Amino acid sequence: MALILECVIVMLLVISLFAVLGLVLVLMERKVAARMQIRLGPNRVGPKGMFQTAADTLKLMMKEGLTPDGADKFLFNLAPFVVMIAAMLIMAPIAFAKGFQIWDINIGVLYVSAVSSVSVIGILMAGWASNNKYSLLGAMRSGAQIVSYELSAGLSIISIVVLSGSLQVSDIIASQQTGWWLFRGHIPAIIAFVIFIIAVTAETNRAPFDLAEAESELTAGFHTEYSGMKFALFFLAEYINIFIVCAIGATLFLGGWMPLHMGHWEGFNHLMDYIPSSLWFLGKTFFLIFLIMWFRWTFPRLRVDQLLSLEWKYLLPISMFNLLLITLIAIMGWHF
Amino acid sequence: MAFLKEYISEVYHAVSSLLKGMRTTGSYFVRPKEIITQQYPDNRADMKIPERFRGEVVMTHDENNEHACTGCTACELACPNATIKIVTKFDTTPEGKKKKALDTFVYHLELCTMCNLCVEACPTSAIKMAQTFEHSVYDRNQLLKKLNNPGSKLRAGVE
Amino acid sequence: METYKVPPNGGDEGLDTADDGALVINVGPQHPATHGVLHLVITLQGETIQKIEPHLGYIHRSIEKMCESLSYRQFIYVTSRMDYLSAHINNHGCALCVEKGLQLEVPPRAQVIRVLMGELTRIASHELWWGAMAMDLGAFTPFFYAFRERETINDIMEETCGARLTMNYMVPGGVMYDLHPNFQQRVKDFIQLFNNKIDEYDDLVTGNIIFQNRTKGVGVLSAADAISYGCTGPVARGSGVACDIRKLYPYAVYDKVAFDEIIETAGDSYARYLVRVKELRQSVRIIEQLIDNIPEGDFQAKTKAVLKLPKGEFYSRVETARGEFGVYIVSEGGTTPYRIKFRSPGFSNLSALDHMSRGSKIGDLMAIMGTLDLVIPDIDR
Repeated sequence: MALILECVIVMLLVISLFAVLGLVLVLMERKVAARMQIRLGPNRVGPKGMFQTAADTLKLMMKEGLTPDGADKFLFNLAPFVVMIAAMLIMAPIAFAKGFQIWDINIGVLYVSAVSSVSVIGILMAGWASNNKYSLLGAMRSGAQIVSYELSAGLSIISIVVLSGSLQVSDIIASQQTGWWLFRGHIPAIIAFVIFIIAVTAETNRAPFDLAEAESELTAGFHTEYSGMKFALFFLAEYINIFIVCAIGATLFLGGWMPLHMGHWEGFNHLMDYIPSSLWFLGKTFFLIFLIMWFRWTFPRLRVDQLLSLEWKYLLPISMFNLLLITLIAIMGWHF
Repeated sequence: MAFLKEYISEVYHAVSSLLKGMRTTGSYFVRPKEIITQQYPDNRADMKIPERFRGEVVMTHDENNEHACTGCTACELACPNATIKIVTKFDTTPEGKKKKALDTFVYHLELCTMCNLCVEACPTSAIKMAQTFEHSVYDRNQLLKKLNNPGSKLRAGVE
Repeated sequence: METYKVPPNGGDEGLDTADDGALVINVGPQHPATHGVLHLVITLQGETIQKIEPHLGYIHRSIEKMCESLSYRQFIYVTSRMDYLSAHINNHGCALCVEKGLQLEVPPRAQVIRVLMGELTRIASHELWWGAMAMDLGAFTPFFYAFRERETINDIMEETCGARLTMNYMVPGGVMYDLHPNFQQRVKDFIQLFNNKIDEYDDLVTGNIIFQNRTKGVGVLSAADAISYGCTGPVARGSGVACDIRKLYPYAVYDKVAFDEIIETAGDSYARYLVRVKELRQSVRIIEQLIDNIPEGDFQAKTKAVLKLPKGEFYSRVETARGEFGVYIVSEGGTTPYRIKFRSPGFSNLSALDHMSRGSKIGDLMAIMGTLDLVIPDIDR
């Protein structure tokens, strides 16, 4: 009984976290975009436009959830939920603060990379079921893209697994007690980090890899036919996915909730420990999110064949060679 | 080896070109002073409209409610869109002669393209362009305007 | 009464409408990349373009027929509504044609003002193109930077001409008003600011590796094809065809100023892009030469109240931001033209689209259409 109650509470917490994250991240994206584009951004609803996204959500909820006549009704309506549930599942092994984790599974990192590929099924489902040519093209692009970029994302995750010697998220964080892997792993760790960021940008269908919804080519790609709350679920899932991949990036390379520790500088380390661990985690995650937003508002989009050649000709060979170097570092114990 | 060197320099140039772009957008991100947005309805009070701006055709009246329009229809002929319709009447002068004069200056704002040809054509400078620009109304009939004030008459001495 | 029921497949024949598995998609008339009501029927094999059929006429207003009922003073303003981004230059072409018919000498001051305004218009037009091109390729931010500079030009135009986009500043025999007293200072300020901004554009877009990969080798148009399709302007100059009307048939004071005709030989989208970006600097160069040397004198020649062209045919051409704009007037000696024909650059440039994009990916189409710089009202008239 207590277990069921616990499950319900966790479920409610995750769902409310989703809602809050969606609102905050969309607002953040709009504000960041506005500042980079020398605009003001939303500033009318609430103080400094803070309730703009809440108002938008209200609008989307009140809109009619249209299902096109030619669509496969069952799959069409299922797809947004598949994407959403896939995003929810990855939330499980993420450590939000010291000892604050839903499920510290012993193969945490493997679990994350396995479940993150489920969302592409939802996207393919949406694109196919819409019975729209733009949607189909977008979904197919998305499929090719996510399958390829998972490789280099996986390889850069493995490089941290090699360094820390564990797949468990709590162990990986604990191994960064004396310093984050980004700094301790020499240049190969930095290369792995850069590749990880590029690969997850592609995996979350963000610009410059937003080919699945490239609006100047495919109007809106796989979610062209969606409206109202079903569209909002896709939109929300996109931002939740960004949060999750950035959280994983922060956990693997920047030490998760672990404060900034510098070797054996006791005084400095104690000072850093005063900052709550949840703030460290959120700070790092939002820094990475900002980085990904910065990409989006700077770069043009790649073409579909260039996207694949970037992965197969550049990222994959580099990350394989890099993994070799990291293994060498780990075996010889050259890291700090 | 030359192949490897080329490969590495290719990657290096690619990354540096991307970082250059990010530097540009990033520098704007940290300089909010560069923001150019004008919050239009709020800044109405201190908005500057150039004096030559063509917003709509108006007829100038002086303090005696007198205008300079003789009803010669030069503007009506100059207008490419039939925006202006001049209705004339016959006044009797004190000498008892009948004289053509302006009755109503009808102006269709909804047809006007603000080309300024009517103002150029007017021999007596009776009409000019006003700087107003907020012309939206709920009913199209409100855009049909009579430019001469009720009870106004031709200024003495204007032929 | 029978009600219409939508068939189970939505009235569509299914996704594959061609026998060989090709996918036919309609890009437009409402599509984010067509910048207006252009309708392209594209036959795709996978992501590869097999054929493009442009469908025109969604914004046809029969401007040429309208002009037959307007007098020689009146018809000029209509041409602002064709290529609205080069409104000034269009008006200039029409004014030149009427002046040719009237054997009218335009005062030197008016000629310099016309060239200054034309080059400012060209900068504004290329600015908008640059932002929209980057936006088509997925980069949103350049659009706002481009509009910031364009806004400054619009403000200068508004102060002198009285309107921001469709100025109607050219009249037969000169310009409508004299320059605003602030004009020279504001243009100088703008030029100073603009020179720095062009470098920023290069950092953000021109040098960007993604942008270069998207445009290099895409939509190649050979010089022979450019000529046979009748392409003009930056599209033809990107293929190595020297066709700048300002150099070949100089009008106004273009023969008295020093500027280079930009010619790139690659013929791909990147070459066309470079031509336009380099033209920005040439336009700045022309303005810098003229802004301090505006001759004193009349801004308008004395003309009769009613203009009548002698019986005959008159043709004049100008270089707009998109290419050669021609005005052809047939006069029967009356106050209105008997027949008028505009040669718009966009129409000929669009006709090369199918040839350029066969075999490319659908993503390339945006790069190709972006560098064609289409203005749909200019194509449809």
